Formats: sequence, C-alpha cells, structure tokens
Amino acid sequence: MTTESHGNRLDPHLARYAQRTHSMTASEIRSLFAVASRPEVVSLAGGMPNIAALSMDVVSRSVTEMLAKRGQVALQYGSGNGDPRLREQICDIVALQGITTHPDDVVVTVGSQMALDLVTRIFCDPGDVIVAEAPSYVGALGVFRAYQVGVEHVAMDEHGLEPTALRERLETLAAQGRTPKFVYTIPTFHNPAGLSQPQQRRAEILQICQSAGVLVIEDDPYGLLGFEGSIPEAIRAHDSDGVIYLGSFSKTFAAGLRVGWAVAPHGVREKLTLAAEAAVLCPPAYSQLTISTYLETQPWMDQVKTFREVYRERRDAALESLAQFMPAGTTWTRPDGGFYVWVTLPDGIDATSMLPRAVTARVAYVPGTAFYIDGQGRQNLRISYCFPTPDAIREGVRRLGGVLEEELELLNTFGTTAGPAGSAPTDQAAAPGPQTL
Amino acid sequence: MNADQQASEMTTLRVVVLAGGLSHERDVSVRSGRRIAEALRGEGLEVLELDMDAALVPTLRTERPDAVFPVLHGAAGEDGAIRDLLDLLDLPYVGSAPAESRLTYDKPLAKAALRRAGIETPGSVVLPHAAFRELGAAEVLRAVEEKLNLPVVVKPAKGGSALGVSIVRDAAELPGAMVACFSYGDTALIEQYVAGTEVAISVIDIGEGPVALPPVEIVPDGAFYDYTARYTAGLTEFFTPARLAAETITAVTEAALTAHRVLGLQGLSRTDVIVQPHAGVKYLETNVAPGMTETSLLPQALEAAGLDLGATCAALVRQAISTARGVAGQ
Repeated sequence: MTTESHGNRLDPHLARYAQRTHSMTASEIRSLFAVASRPEVVSLAGGMPNIAALSMDVVSRSVTEMLAKRGQVALQYGSGNGDPRLREQICDIVALQGITTHPDDVVVTVGSQMALDLVTRIFCDPGDVIVAEAPSYVGALGVFRAYQVGVEHVAMDEHGLEPTALRERLETLAAQGRTPKFVYTIPTFHNPAGLSQPQQRRAEILQICQSAGVLVIEDDPYGLLGFEGSIPEAIRAHDSDGVIYLGSFSKTFAAGLRVGWAVAPHGVREKLTLAAEAAVLCPPAYSQLTISTYLETQPWMDQVKTFREVYRERRDAALESLAQFMPAGTTWTRPDGGFYVWVTLPDGIDATSMLPRAVTARVAYVPGTAFYIDGQGRQNLRISYCFPTPDAIREGVRRLGGVLEEELELLNTFGTTAGPAGSAPTDQAAAPGPQTL
Repeated sequence: MNADQQASEMTTLRVVVLAGGLSHERDVSVRSGRRIAEALRGEGLEVLELDMDAALVPTLRTERPDAVFPVLHGAAGEDGAIRDLLDLLDLPYVGSAPAESRLTYDKPLAKAALRRAGIETPGSVVLPHAAFRELGAAEVLRAVEEKLNLPVVVKPAKGGSALGVSIVRDAAELPGAMVACFSYGDTALIEQYVAGTEVAISVIDIGEGPVALPPVEIVPDGAFYDYTARYTAGLTEFFTPARLAAETITAVTEAALTAHRVLGLQGLSRTDVIVQPHAGVKYLETNVAPGMTETSLLPQALEAAGLDLGATCAALVRQAISTARGVAGQ
C-alpha cells in the first residue's frame, strides 16, 4: 500500500477550464430527473413532442424516396446556410404566419436551439445584457448563461410580456447607460407559461423595441400548434429589419431530425451563416432533405392538424384534472396551444423543495426556478401535457395533488416549505436536461 | 483455491450488475453500475446490466447468473429488500445480508449499535414528521436546540449522497432544514455538528476477513460534502491516505472494522467518521452499497492500496459464490 499523502481533485484538467465552465456542476435537482425517465413515473416534466402521432410508414416512405432521388446529396456536406429547396419551403411555412421573406434570408440550423446559440454568439459579449420574459425558456437561459450574458427579466401578465414593464425596464437600463442587445420573447404558446400575446400586444411590444432601438428575437416553435384553428401572425410579419424569427420542425414534424431555422435581415444572416460554418460546417443534409421530401410529398399540414388534436386532448385532460385535484389557492394558465401549463402553487409552497417528494410519489415536473436566471419561481412549476396519454396525465396530476396536500401539511407544521436559505438553484446545474426542455 | 473455486475459473462467470432503481440516487447508481460492469468485463466475466423493474425477476429466473452484484443506492438497494429477493431466488450476491443491510441503512439504529460497541458517535435525536405535526414544531425544535445546541446536522434517517442534508447554524434555519429533510423521508436524524476532518474508510472482505483500505480524507471547497461536491470532479480535494497521525489512522481504521463487524456486514462497506482534533473519532454512518462512480471514495481507496477495481470486484463475486455454496452445503 502506498503511504504518499497528496491531494487529488479527480480531474487533471481543472486548471484549464474556462471561467464560464465553473458553474457546470452536478445538481441534486437534475439528478432527480433520472428517475423521471422510468415508466413507473408519470413525467409531466418532459417537453417531448408526441411522435407516436406521426406515421412511421409516412416517414419511411419519405426517407426511401429521398435516398433514391437525392441520396448522394443527403450523405454529403452541404452549404452552411442550409439546403436551397428547404429554405424555399421554410418561406412557404412562415408565410402562414404572415412573414414574407426570401430563401436567402433563411439560415437552417441544428434545431432552433442552435439558431438561438448563433444569435447570442454574434451579438453578445460577456457582460452584455438582454431582456427576456419572466419566466423564460430554460434552454435560452442556458445559452445566455453560457455566453456570460446578463438577463433582465420582465414580468408577464395573462397576455404575455407586459408592455409597460418592458418600456420601464428599457428606460431604466438606458438611464444606466446599458442597451440590451435584444429582447427575447416567445409570443405564441409560451414555454413555460402557456400564454400568447394578442396581436395588439405584439404591435405594442414591437413599437417599444423599435423606439428604443432594440432588436427582437422572436422564438416561435409552437406557432402552428394552436387549438382554436387560427394561426397567430408573427411579430416578424411587421418588421423585417428589427426582428429575427426562429422556427423549428421539432414540434411540427420530428425533433430527432434536429432542424430549425432563423429568418434574419441580410447582414445578420451573413454573420449567422459564418458562425454556423464555424460551429458545425453545415446543418445535416440527411435531415434537411428528409424534411424537404416529406413537405413535398406528404400532406404535412394534415399531420400538423393531427398533432393539434393530440395536444388539445391532452391539454383538456391536464386542465380537467388540475381543476379536480389541485388544492385551494393553486392557479394555472389555460393554453390555447403548445405544450405547457404554468402552475402557481398556494402561498408558501416551494416547488423546488417539493420535487423529491413528488418523485417518491412517482410524478415529475420542472420546478419554476429553472425558468428564471435569478432564483425566482419557487412557487411555480411547469406541467408538460404533450407526451403522456390523457389517462397518465390525470393520474400524474392526481399524484401531484396528493404531494401538494402533504406539502401543505408541512407548511402548516413548520410555517415554511422552503429549504435552507441560499439553496435556491440558480445555476446551469439546476436546469433539466435536453428531454425536459 | 479450493476445488469449487478452481471449477469456477474453468468457465466464464456470469454476473448480473443490478443498478438504477427508483430511488433518488438512481443517477448515481446507474453510473456506479456501469463502472462495476466495465471493471468486471475487464476481468473476463460475462456481465448483464439490469435495472430494478418489473422485468427483473423473470430475467433473473431465465438467466440464472452465477452471482448478482447489487449497486443500487438508496431504498430497496440498501434497505435489504433486493437482497431478500435474491435470497428467495437462491442467487448468490455480493455484499451484506438483508437484515444487516436494513440495520445499517437505518442510521439511528446503526449509531446505537456502534455506541453499544464502544464507538463514539455525535449526540442526536430521531424525530418523525408526525412528532412535529402532533406536538407542534416550535416546541419540539426548541427542545432539540436545548438538548443538542447549534450547530446541528439535519439528515434523513435513511438515505445517501447527502440528499436532504443541511447544516444548521442558526435556529431560524431549522424549520427549513426539517422541510428539506422530510422531502426525502419521513424520519429525521438531528445530530450535533462535529467540526473536524471528514474521513471515509472502506472495508473489503474477499474471504480472508475484513481488511480496511487506506482512509480517504475529504476536503470540500464549500460548506460541506453535499451532492454537488460529491459528484462534480474538482469541487472536493481528497487525500489518501488521510493526513492524520499514525495512531489516528489506526483509530479510524479500527472504527470502520468495528462497524463492519458489529453490523454483521459482508463483502464491502464504507464507514464515514469525523476526526476531531484532540477528541477522537466520531462515527457517522456506514454504507452497504458504497458509491463506485469516478468521484466515489471506495475506488480511490482501492487505488491508493494498489488494488485494481476490476480484480477486487471479481474477487468479491467469487467470494459471494463461494459463501453461497458453503451455506448451501451446510
């Protein structure tokens, strides 16, 4: 046996990591999501599209046809801004939301997550500030954090991002000599809030940003997934210079293909393309051509309608069971599309501290803190109704109701359900993994 | 090597590594399990990795492995349940028997057993959630403060990886710490906080009696060795062997061997203690399914002892088979 005594930190590369890497640590909260993946657990955490509603025969036919006709292209490198034909088709899709654009102004990316990464990369230096809704998409916050960008949260009301609060925040920042690089917003079927901005609200937000000279990043993965039939007009429809629009095939076709896009003013799109080439050379040709063939040969809008019905049925199950099982004092949003319900718990209940108890009861959700940069959201949680069956959703919400009853009893006993001071998870480690975005 | 062992060597041993489960420590267990499985494969054993789910019993019946290596952390893995099941199926397994696992997993019971054996352990009280509800939290917590004095450590009576554990230095933090604890289990162990050097001593028994490995000294960067510090390489500095005087090394080693013996453990265990300057060794807890991840303590102790993880795990498997045959032959 050795007798040498020396310290060991078990990672010989420790001194080499960049400063921004230091917040990437293991986390108790994140570890609990490992249990959520088990079939015994009703996971209301995962924002995974319901691929079961997609015909594998249809996909198979598209792939077969694509390989037969364009296999040599599909298995080769492609252009950095994406396949020309797919970019034309994307123009047709965004036209459904009132956007008129040219294929040259479309940059295809590896999911819209990459578009978000590229936008942040080309606009933001460490220490810059951006504005985002409170709460906001956890994957976006992860990108902003990775680029060491400060996030100024602006409150939402029942119609989404609140214009007065936005104006005041921009004025406050201006008074401090700080100009945000952009306002990041999800105007339609917001993740996690489940809210949509009415058209008048969108116009107001755009006008505020235009007046302040601030760019808008419009993230719109759920725009076609409304339950009421009409497709909301995008903010980008009213300003082609001041708005960068991000879209995705993940929710309308297949997330596994990892294809999204950015529609950007020509100067920006040149930078995005160069940044994309530096990152991945080109988006995957195989995925792009599969989607292009699918769009060309299949009634893809019928599939979107099928998805809407699938999600509407699940939304209804979630809302009905929330009404049945949630204790007094709990409130929640009523989404008209998309994947999520945002739940506000009774006063004093802490969704983060409650998660281990929920996992023990075999139900999982994402605590509200994941959707804020600064530890807010302890009284909130996000329920995703997109993936489980309606019966599983009802059972999951029933279990959650039982957990909340126990939590209320703890509150009654101890006068708090929050953990020790300072334990609010505010770093990257507290964010769930890719399957719970 | 006896005739049975020689016969075992002639054929490839088939081992099930059991990891995952539904406890809060699933993630850690999966990582530990993968590491053990790879180590055993490196020794030429045939390894099947199984999770603890509805398919487990039928698969074990069909596969009839030569042995099972349970690497399940938390309830079921450490409370004796899975070992009872393996006994029912007449399958040899690495590690301790059900009753002894159950005793060890229950921290207050294990502390009491060690106290009776003359090993010091921090003063503590054990209180279920119901006690606070029925008697009133304020009064109970006041009694706790009066008896133990702050700071105290609040932890679930059963559980691992420091989940639900808080160090409370201010009375105002006590209710929050209780809540955090009760999120992971219904009973809390509230222990006097002991300042000192945290040391983990692993014990291995591959048929020649329990042997203590070099003690590992744990120096976390943060306030204590919590979940993040345990599973993020770089956030904790380890010293193996611990930077302790020779007589203290002997004392912590004896404490771990005593725990292994008093608790009736087999195969492997890890005992955690605090060494106080000039005040001796205080026993904290013992684990019957120690972590085996890249940042876990037992693998570090093996390396410091010049022992190979794969060879040691394979020896534990052979010992489990040999012990089972011995029992069956009685």
